[in-house]
Amino acid sequence: MTQAPALEVRNLTTTFAGGRLTAVNDVSFTVLPGEVLGLVGESGSGKSVTLRSIMRLLPASGAVSGHVRWQGRDILTMSDADLRGVRGGQISMIFQEPMTALNPVLPVFTQIEENLKAHTDLDRAARAARARDLMDLVGIPDAARRLKEYPHQFSGGMRQRVMIAIALAGNPTLLLADEPTTALDVTIQDQILKLILDLRDELSMSVVLVTHDLGVVAATCDRIAVMYAGRIVETGTVRDVFAQPAHAYTRGLLGSVPHAGTERSMLLSIEGTPPPLDRIPAGCAFNPRCDFATGPCRARVPVLEDLAPGRSVACFNRTAVTAAGSPV
Amino acid sequence: MHLASFIVRRLLQLIPTLLFILIVVFVLVRLLPGDPASAILGDRALDADVERINRELGLDRSLPVQFAVFAKSVATGNLGNSIHLKLPVAELIAARLPITILLTVMAALIAVLFAVPLAFVAALRRGRAADSVVRGAFQVGLSMPVFYLGLILLTVFGARLGWFPVGGYGDGFLDHLYHLFLPALTLALSLSAILMRNLRAAIIGVIDAEYVQFARAKGLRPRLILSRHVLRNALISTVALFGLSIGTLLGGAVITETVFAIPGAGRLMVDSIYGRDYPVVQGLTIALAVLVSLTFLLTDLVQAWLDPRVAR
Ligand SMILES: Nc1ncnc2c1ncn2[C@@H]1O[C@H](COP(=O)(O)OP(=O)(O)OP(=O)(O)O)[C@@H](O)[C@H]1O
Ligand code: SF4
Ligand SMILES: [Mg+2]
Repeated sequence: MTQAPALEVRNLTTTFAGGRLTAVNDVSFTVLPGEVLGLVGESGSGKSVTLRSIMRLLPASGAVSGHVRWQGRDILTMSDADLRGVRGGQISMIFQEPMTALNPVLPVFTQIEENLKAHTDLDRAARAARARDLMDLVGIPDAARRLKEYPHQFSGGMRQRVMIAIALAGNPTLLLADEPTTALDVTIQDQILKLILDLRDELSMSVVLVTHDLGVVAATCDRIAVMYAGRIVETGTVRDVFAQPAHAYTRGLLGSVPHAGTERSMLLSIEGTPPPLDRIPAGCAFNPRCDFATGPCRARVPVLEDLAPGRSVACFNRTAVTAAGSPV
Repeated sequence: MHLASFIVRRLLQLIPTLLFILIVVFVLVRLLPGDPASAILGDRALDADVERINRELGLDRSLPVQFAVFAKSVATGNLGNSIHLKLPVAELIAARLPITILLTVMAALIAVLFAVPLAFVAALRRGRAADSVVRGAFQVGLSMPVFYLGLILLTVFGARLGWFPVGGYGDGFLDHLYHLFLPALTLALSLSAILMRNLRAAIIGVIDAEYVQFARAKGLRPRLILSRHVLRNALISTVALFGLSIGTLLGGAVITETVFAIPGAGRLMVDSIYGRDYPVVQGLTIALAVLVSLTFLLTDLVQAWLDPRVAR
């Protein structure tokens, strides 16, 4: 626990529409070297915006504040030239949508090679060789031929692998993987997750893995951060959080995971849907959907409190939630 | 790649197009008011003379036969002789059409050179002062008739300032370019306004695309992102528009050549129509139609090159 974090995010807040919509609200977390952090939450909870904010990849309508400490510097305030060195080099990102994240009019080779050109000193021939190696690494057969092809000639799973190859081209020390396996079938999903973990071991890189799927978190992550309506509501090791969720939302999420050999337990899945950004309820944003909600939940926003080192939760009734036990 | 088979397929498609052009020209010429014989002989011609001329021109035969003869001679490059100038039409076209082509190409280049950078400025500063200025200026360019614009440029830069010749074609290639600059500029302005508007919208549509964000996430330089990822995708629709505009540009060349007294195909066309010089009108129409078909072909090829999804 004394290890210095690779990435430290402090009070990250991202707003759209001139500050009227807050997509990420005062988010703080750290990632240790070689660690896999799972970032989970329902659709619209701010996972993708969090990753993009870390990389300063927002449209003109977005504004970010807070700190993103990376190797002694703050990404949010560094120069554009320094930022270019970090992006794609030290920190890489896998986008959520493999169908739209690759340029349709460029051969795959160009899309890998431009990354190598930006972040390595390799000459032309060495870049071509490295591109083939990367294709092999992510398990795309017939690399030499496929490098000449265009994204529309690849299946969804293969495109996802191409994206991973691009992300790995610069030998990153941190990989931000935004649902790298959604929309892929289960066997391919497992292959890709295994690939990321292997690379974590081989290259000792850290990973932030965004996913809806708590099964994936259980299988691959060291720690978990649960997001709801733009805030982190609970963090801890995967083992602790799964064994003893302290936030009612986390408990609800765990309850909706289908267990091995059983049907999805509908009893415990969370009623309702997350609020849109312009209608986030007062108090705890989860209170209209929460079985544990009491008076304070509707009046004040619960703050993250440490339960133990590396374990924190933002819930007024965490004792009651903890006492109710884990649904898994 | 399938580009080669795409090109072959596209070339084969030219054959029916060309046949269609021939039929249209053949019919149109026969629909024109007045007949060649009276054009040659004047209104008070004797019937016998009219018959003799018609026989000489093959106009006494049935229409299908006339068409077969016509198609065969066109295919062998024989477009007949000019009634007034007494020269082979093919020779006339060979002398005059290159001038029009040069004028059109110059105009197209100037239009692109204006449109592309300005579209970027406008798109990247969307909604700000630079955007408004560029769009306002081009709105004016778009709403001005070609001949009026030509006259203004001619008066200011030709007559008043003396920077450019006020007409003619000059001798030697560089002199040609010099003489054609003002007319080409005249022709270019409205096209570049159209292209600018289209490209600006296309760039705005592409610039927030996920693959552009992904390119940013790779740490590429902004210039590379714009040229490789943004421009290329944005150009796909603009190139199609550009190809379609070439026909309009050729039409504009007719007016421009008249204003600037340039001895191109446009002038030849106007003179021949007034003089009822059928063979010339016919030959020129075919030549221009073929030219337009070829630019469409070229447009398709450029599009296939820009967008690999096209050539399938
Ligand atoms: N450019 C934007 N302008 C306005 N609102 C945005 C923008 N991008 C995202 N949002 C909003 O921010 C919120 C968080 O979006 P985000 O994409 O981070 O969700 P997510 O957790 O990644 O969800 P999913 O699991 O569906 O990917 C959503 O309500 C979304 O509508
Ligand atoms: S703070 Fe209240 S409303 Fe929010 S999760 Fe805890 S119990 Fe439920
Ligand atoms: Mg997302």
